[in-house]
Amino acid sequence: MSLTSIAENPKPGSTIFSPELAARFDKLVTLYPRRRSALIPMLLYAQDEIGYVSDAAIAEIAQRLDITVLDVRNVLTYYSMLRTKPVGKYNVQVCTNISCMLRGGQEILAHCKDRLGIGHKETTPDGLFSLEEVECIGACSWAPAVQVNYDFHEELTPESMDALLDEYRSKGGQ
Amino acid sequence: MPRLVSHPDEVKIVSRRFGQGATNIDRYLELDGYTAVRQAIEKGPEWIVAEMKASNLRGRGGAGFPTGMKWSFVPKQSEKPKYVLVNGDESEPGTCKDHLIFLHDPHAVIEGCIIAGLAVGAKTGFIYLRGEYRYLLTIMEKAIADAYAKGFLGKGIFGSSFDFEIISQTGAGAYEVGEESALMESLEGKRGIPRIRPPFPAVVGLYGGPTVINNAETIASVSHILNMGGEAYAKIGSNRNGGTRLFCISGHAERPGVYELPMGYNLKKMIYEVAGGIRGGRELKAVVPGGSSTPVLLPSEIDIGMDFDQVGKAGSMLGSGGVVVLDETVCMVEFALRTIQFYQHESCGWCIPCREGTDWLKKTLTRFHAGGGEAKDIDNIRYLAENMLGRTFCPLGDAAAMPTIAFIKKFRQEFEDHLNGKPCPYAKRPVGELVGV
Repeated sequence: MSLTSIAENPKPGSTIFSPELAARFDKLVTLYPRRRSALIPMLLYAQDEIGYVSDAAIAEIAQRLDITVLDVRNVLTYYSMLRTKPVGKYNVQVCTNISCMLRGGQEILAHCKDRLGIGHKETTPDGLFSLEEVECIGACSWAPAVQVNYDFHEELTPESMDALLDEYRSKGGQ
Repeated sequence: MPRLVSHPDEVKIVSRRFGQGATNIDRYLELDGYTAVRQAIEKGPEWIVAEMKASNLRGRGGAGFPTGMKWSFVPKQSEKPKYVLVNGDESEPGTCKDHLIFLHDPHAVIEGCIIAGLAVGAKTGFIYLRGEYRYLLTIMEKAIADAYAKGFLGKGIFGSSFDFEIISQTGAGAYEVGEESALMESLEGKRGIPRIRPPFPAVVGLYGGPTVINNAETIASVSHILNMGGEAYAKIGSNRNGGTRLFCISGHAERPGVYELPMGYNLKKMIYEVAGGIRGGRELKAVVPGGSSTPVLLPSEIDIGMDFDQVGKAGSMLGSGGVVVLDETVCMVEFALRTIQFYQHESCGWCIPCREGTDWLKKTLTRFHAGGGEAKDIDNIRYLAENMLGRTFCPLGDAAAMPTIAFIKKFRQEFEDHLNGKPCPYAKRPVGELVGV
């Protein structure tokens, strides 16, 4: 990501987002006492639609909130779930924090690396999977836990992790 | 779907609707839902605050501040609008209770939020969930929409003259945002860095207005307290620690899970009876009693009641209710390293002692665990951690330092065993596998 590369200013009234998302944004900015409060939800929803937060998305969000592109980037770089580059269709996030570590989280991570042939924050050549070691995801009593995109999977073993990856692989191939 | 557990010693108050289909508003109404808020409208703010004070409910986020007192600090008259902010940014490692509340009983959060609003004179409430809980936001948003449709939110709620709006959203991945002032920054669309206090949020909070910030479990307890009466709730717990608490047992327990037990419940009993003891009949090595930031306890120190005062007296903290059980196979140096790795990753970088301190601790512990440590490192780690204490705007610096000091103090021998160029003598896992997140 380059902090200086700035997409062309979007034309007023035009949007890079789907009509549904654009309508959602129109509503979102009116919900809060100050428009800027909608920034983090907007970045997340933009990322959900595009796959990452693109320069064009940053420019349009800045315009919609009447803040600068730098304001948006400043916030964007703070939050670990927001990214400025695409990831695989299924982003496999393995928790290795203490509760998961005690119940084999690191083994699950090593197993995923082995099975997918990729490392932390890498993507398979077919673009189907990305892998990420993450901090506590709030599933400690059901460790070890993994999040694939926004879906939680708990009490995993290397075998059930394999089955899970297979499930996503066949779903993604369709 | 997270597995639900049950034990005869449990007193199910906050968790009583778990697994009962209460995400459906009609089902919630069948299960006594939205009765407390109707009473609250009728009896008024003074009654609400008096019941909350009588309940001895203390903040379930970790600090344990009395909720009734917190509400009474909000000025009655204010030129700026007042707000209620529900902190569902549950991120302390070892803690997963709010996860279940949002999943099974979202209306209890809405009802508690409205009651808090009535108590302090706020007309808007925010429910902020951590970014990873997106599927729970979907449940929460549906619940809020259903409540609007019934006239429980919006103008003239429950046919009264009160208006109340609720907005819910998630964060996007940041532990620091669970800290109340950073949470307000995040909700205002900024980086989650802490604000200096005073002024406290009750006086100058969100958008500069007086703001009540409570943990999601605290808020979910409110309707039950009003329904059963503050005094009756207080009686369930221990001295000055009212009611029950959701304890998230994780790690090497035989039956990990989220159990609702009275405040003051014995920790040893919690591990050996409620959670079925140590997995595989192994020996207990240590317990982290209240989330990763709380100082570790030795097996000889766990015959204590789990409330804010008793755990404090034992030299640790009740914290967020995350009880992490460690058996004899755990390498404490590795455990200390993984703990500090988290705080290093999550330090927002605003205060130098925390930003630099966590980084140095991580570097030193990494080298130490890999077998390249030196004898002086042990005291250096402790010295560094001790100098972080109390020197930051928010408690993240302390959260990193306190457990580190305890690991060195209580497991010094294990640190010494790592010296002499030998790799970890405890962990079965090959060293050097820990990758920076």
